[in-house]
Amino acid sequence: MSKRDSSSKDSGARSHPGVELVRSEAPSELLRELVAHLRQNRTQLREEWVVRITETRLLTAMTKEEIFAEATSVYDSYVEALETEAFEALQAYARNLSERIIPRGVETHEVVGIVLLLRDVLARSLFAKYQTDFKKLNRILDAYEPAANRIANTVAVGFVQERERVIRQQQEAIRELSTPVLQVRERLLILPIIGVIDPQRARQLTEQLLRGIRTNRAKVVVIDITGVAAMDVTVANHLVQTVEASRLLGATVIVTGLSPEIAQTLVTIGVDLGKMNTVGDLQGGIEQAERLLGYKVVTLAETR
Amino acid sequence: MEVPILKQGEVLIATFQAALSDADLNHLRMGLVQQVVKFRSRAVIVDVTAMDVMDSFASRTLREIAHMIRLRGAETVIVGIQPEVAFAMVQLGLTLEGVATALDLEEGLAYLTQKFKNPD
Repeated sequence: MSKRDSSSKDSGARSHPGVELVRSEAPSELLRELVAHLRQNRTQLREEWVVRITETRLLTAMTKEEIFAEATSVYDSYVEALETEAFEALQAYARNLSERIIPRGVETHEVVGIVLLLRDVLARSLFAKYQTDFKKLNRILDAYEPAANRIANTVAVGFVQERERVIRQQQEAIRELSTPVLQVRERLLILPIIGVIDPQRARQLTEQLLRGIRTNRAKVVVIDITGVAAMDVTVANHLVQTVEASRLLGATVIVTGLSPEIAQTLVTIGVDLGKMNTVGDLQGGIEQAERLLGYKVVTLAETR
Repeated sequence: MEVPILKQGEVLIATFQAALSDADLNHLRMGLVQQVVKFRSRAVIVDVTAMDVMDSFASRTLREIAHMIRLRGAETVIVGIQPEVAFAMVQLGLTLEGVATALDLEEGLAYLTQKFKNPD
């Protein structure tokens, strides 16, 4: 029998041999206790965490002062999330933090890394505090572990969501950049396509072109794809459809700048080349368009 | 629903309204060819500006109209296909192959004037 048994009066229960009477706390009580400990030792633990971050060579894109400033707010948010279990607020905080640090070049593995380091620093501090009472340590960790896991998860997800938002924004910007429909003469439009065409962009291109044909009353359109390296079968079909739809609006399409790879793709899918009017390069395309429209270009010397 | 057919010199102009039934289309097909015969027209312009959707029956009818009229030695031009309709048509594979098209009535008439001057 342990000493404790024979002297335990507070529980008011009868002690049995071989059974240890222990006063057990509610989980929320444990949480409050460990949060209090983390707050009390805030300065020291935060400092320890920053040292670990530097040692592990994370957040190298940020200065020591910046790391310290962010560490302070992350630490406080971490402890608050443990206390209140308000994970939505934490996720909002994580997205906000990501919005700040992503432009600084901070990577996903760094964010996950520092959160796990903090988790570790705090866990070790709990080990140290409760090392003499193994059973209590277990209960404290039972309260800490799920919450800490959830925090790490929330922050990582928040960070990734922010990155995805930025990527979507950039994709949209690229899409809008690259499809101008330009009028270079009366009734003559040029559509210079640059970069990667996916089915969505191809569709957008077609819609823009058709509207442009109607607005500008174009009779000839030169689609230049010099800047397009490759095209899959779906997109090649879209191109053919664009040519056919333009014809329905009374416009002739000349495609210029086909790379050897794209020429191969078109032949492979069996495009009816009678339907597709193609010329080698943009200059040739414009010259043919001008001929179709009845223009003749002469140098000033000739006209004298 | 009657489709109005107007005469402009040697050209007949038929203006489709939106939502023509299959019966209307059949009626129009015969009607147009009869008018071409009666007036000895050289061309027909079919204006589909008001059509916001073109199904395969309408598209086939237009091709048939053009072929029948060509048998009478006359030209057909389809004008006024809307961008959205054109897009939907090519996705369904309805290309109106072999039929002349133009942006609108003005362009259609210009095309015909040019063609009459330089018959090929």
